[in-house]
Amino acid sequence: MVHAFLIHTLRTPNAEATGFCRVLYSCVFGAEKSPDDPRPHGAERDRLLRKEQILAVARQVESMCQLQQLASGRPSLDLQTQICDEPVPLHESPHGVFGLAAGDPFREPHTVVWLGVLSLGFALVLDAHDNLLLAESTLRLLARLLLDHLRLLTPGSSLLLRADHVEGVLSRFLPHGQLLFLNDQFVQALEKEFSASWPR
Amino acid sequence: MFSAGEESLLHQAREIQDEELQRFCSRVSKLLQEDLGPATVDALQRLFLIISATKYVRRLEKTCVDLLQATLSLPTCSEQVQVLCAAILREMSPSDSLTLSCDHTQTPHQLSLVASVLLAQGDRREEVRRVSQHVFTVLESRQPEGPNLRPLLPVLSRVMGLAPGTLQEDQATLLSKRLVDWLRYARVQQGVPHSGGFFSTPRARQPGPITEVDGAVASDFFTVLSTGQHFTEDQWLNVQAFSMLQAWLLLSGPKGPGLPDAEDKSELEGSTLSVLSAASAGRQLLPQERLREVAFQYCKRLIEQSNRRALRKGDSDLQKACLVEAVRVLDVLCRQDPSFLYRSLSCLKALRGQLGQDPGSERALLPLAQFFLNHGAAAAVDSEAIYQHLFTRLPSERFYSPMLAFEVTRFCRNNLPLFDPQLLGLLKLSFPNLFKLLAWNSPPLTAEFVALLPALVDASTAVEMLHSLLDLPCLTAALDLHLRSSQTPSERPLWDPSLRTPGSLEAFRDPQLQPLFHYLLRTKASGSTERLVPLYQLLQPMAGCARVAQCAQAVPTLLQAFFSTVTQVADGALTNQLALLVLERSDALYHVPQYQAHVHRVLSSQFLALCKQKPSLVLELARELLELVGSVSNIQSRAGMFTCVVWAIGEYLSVTCDRRCTVELINKFFEALEALLFEVTQSRPSADLPWCPPQVVTVLMTTLTKLASRSQDLIPRVSLFLSKMRTLGQNPATSSVYREEDAEAIRTRATELRALLRMPSVAQFVLSPSAEVCQPRYHRDTNTALPLALRTVSRLVEREAGLLPG
Repeated sequence: MVHAFLIHTLRTPNAEATGFCRVLYSCVFGAEKSPDDPRPHGAERDRLLRKEQILAVARQVESMCQLQQLASGRPSLDLQTQICDEPVPLHESPHGVFGLAAGDPFREPHTVVWLGVLSLGFALVLDAHDNLLLAESTLRLLARLLLDHLRLLTPGSSLLLRADHVEGVLSRFLPHGQLLFLNDQFVQALEKEFSASWPR
Repeated sequence: MFSAGEESLLHQAREIQDEELQRFCSRVSKLLQEDLGPATVDALQRLFLIISATKYVRRLEKTCVDLLQATLSLPTCSEQVQVLCAAILREMSPSDSLTLSCDHTQTPHQLSLVASVLLAQGDRREEVRRVSQHVFTVLESRQPEGPNLRPLLPVLSRVMGLAPGTLQEDQATLLSKRLVDWLRYARVQQGVPHSGGFFSTPRARQPGPITEVDGAVASDFFTVLSTGQHFTEDQWLNVQAFSMLQAWLLLSGPKGPGLPDAEDKSELEGSTLSVLSAASAGRQLLPQERLREVAFQYCKRLIEQSNRRALRKGDSDLQKACLVEAVRVLDVLCRQDPSFLYRSLSCLKALRGQLGQDPGSERALLPLAQFFLNHGAAAAVDSEAIYQHLFTRLPSERFYSPMLAFEVTRFCRNNLPLFDPQLLGLLKLSFPNLFKLLAWNSPPLTAEFVALLPALVDASTAVEMLHSLLDLPCLTAALDLHLRSSQTPSERPLWDPSLRTPGSLEAFRDPQLQPLFHYLLRTKASGSTERLVPLYQLLQPMAGCARVAQCAQAVPTLLQAFFSTVTQVADGALTNQLALLVLERSDALYHVPQYQAHVHRVLSSQFLALCKQKPSLVLELARELLELVGSVSNIQSRAGMFTCVVWAIGEYLSVTCDRRCTVELINKFFEALEALLFEVTQSRPSADLPWCPPQVVTVLMTTLTKLASRSQDLIPRVSLFLSKMRTLGQNPATSSVYREEDAEAIRTRATELRALLRMPSVAQFVLSPSAEVCQPRYHRDTNTALPLALRTVSRLVEREAGLLPG
């Protein structure tokens, strides 16, 4: 099952290192319990830890994406703003997978699948035994739905104040972090349901 | 796309002060009580941003929090508002101020939202168990075909993942029974569209049958690969049930944690009649067994359905994912109940043939290999071909796919304990092929390979592997050229199109260089090594390529991992070979910027480690070391390495390290080092001084002194030389080469060493201490401690002197 889903900013590889990697949206499905730790954890401390774990993942994804962009010789091509409504060729976007060792930053070892679209990074933090192929296609699906529905390609649109749309997409296509085997028709049916409940 | 406007919005959200926040909370509370329209949505969206933008806790007013919780249970409220309330509460979690519970929820959808908040609390107050109880209550009370059970299954799945021990036996049985219904008995007609619309005819159209992905009418029961225009509730549940099937089987199986075994099951599992399943034995199946049987049927059907040619790309992708999952589930089934093995094998036999034909289908090769690894022995099946494909063909054909590269590496890493000696041998021999995955995808795979490398190291291939590791960036360049020359122009380039290297490409195609490239791109350890020096020059233009540079950065880490393993398995002869290799290769590396410097650092420290492990190394490699220190050019090309070698000579060339050390040998080294030191420090009228780092000068002086302390005839020569060093830096020839601070340091050291040599036995003690002196005990034990002995002796001498007359 998916432990967390996050969307964050991606900076160009050759940029002067200004600004930070910002997590624009994150959802942790359920919380890791730390049964063996004798100290009474403040709830606040747990929340702080969770946020920092997500930020650590976002930073790693950003650097992996930048390295891949450099290696494939396309540092800035994908980061140009697209003004037209053409669908972004997601299968050509940079994507990858890497492992997180136990303790770094999550208690259990996890795997991260990521996808970079223009200046946004999407990532799924998976348990070690998840179906990687399904996770890849789910991530692509989520990215496409969010890009389409929120019209994230048009300048001036942002997802910062529209987290409910992201929640709506997740509750249908990745409910509680459950990866679903959805064929095309199921996806269409869910999309229709979503569009009906969520006015653009 | 992340514009300045968004950056400032985030900034505002973070910087909002408490007072303003409380005012905003009051506004939100008011809106939640009065009107749940667009204004509320807007306010809630802002509140969500404020909470989630910072990692520090934001304190909200109690009324506001209570209202947010209450809204979740309202019977009539738009989904948007409820989702936002749940999201805000979840973002605040874990929090001690929540009083949410499942009891007031009215629909399964609300229950799912409340559960998302409760499960985020970290199980401080047994929230997981309570959510689980509640869900099962709902599940029990409804018929399998009841409406709206859809939101509940994912909650159950999450609960199981978080706290497997909270499920009771009767609940597990209920779930297994329901899963059987949903998986096997979902209807095969399409659903009716929800609303007919204004213009629909009263006589509703009969719903058509479900179809397969290739358009044909469904031939058997409904699965995730069945399509239609509209779906019924039980068909949705079918999809969800399969999605959570593997996790549930693992959890509820005989080896699953937290669930007691039913006594009847153990009879069947111990049974030697492995070919007959329980069904044919004519006994009523327990719910868990029934589930397994249904799961098997489902997977078998999926495998058959994956053969069909899908009309849409999305379905074709899903077929591949289903194939992977089906094999994984079969693996679990066979582990839990060996009676499935026979039937599974016949299912998978056809699959083996198909894999590799269709691009993208190789992903299923991995779970298949896992299946045979787990069950191959029991099934007495020869799975050699699969492993050959996995280790030999796959990496060399598809090294450029980051997902496949990761999965293959993980497969090797996770299954090392399961590999039998023959398979492990095959893995070790395939290291050149596996290195291709690393060379192309170094950032994500470096950590994986550091963990995998110890298993690949073998005494028989260690030398070849070290060469391969040092040539890894070269391999990256060669793989790039391989892709350039083999891909058709119409395909999207996998190599770096910003780099144009016509010269290197020509070299790649040159028939004279074919054997070298062939060796570099080999798939199996060849047992011999080829010197790739001719390629370095030709591949020089590629050294600026980002991918090559990334690979070069990974090499030092891998070298450390290699050496830490190889030192444990190397015998004396191999240690010598490796040391020689280190010396030789430090001068023969592919020129990637900064690569040489980093590799030298690792190789120098590893050379010293080898010497420390085997002190007689210096003696056994005397000839090669003499050659190395015989030429000034070696200083310039690899100063760091040179320093270590000279230091090692000083440390280990003595009788205490190896009895075979003779005075002649010490003299020979002495003369070579003395000549070298002369060349770099004493100016001659005919030539300029060659460049030499001051550390080399000092280590040469110290080593000469050490050798002299062992062969004391040499002391006068050294003292004379050291006294000449007093003028270093004080004449124009030397002051142009050495800076004043460095010359000063050298002069000081020379003086210290001269002073030490005036007391030869002390010099020997300090510079060539025997093994016991190096133990701390020698200096702490009151019987042997040197300072104490000296003090005692001097006191005695003084007292004696006092007693003497005069």
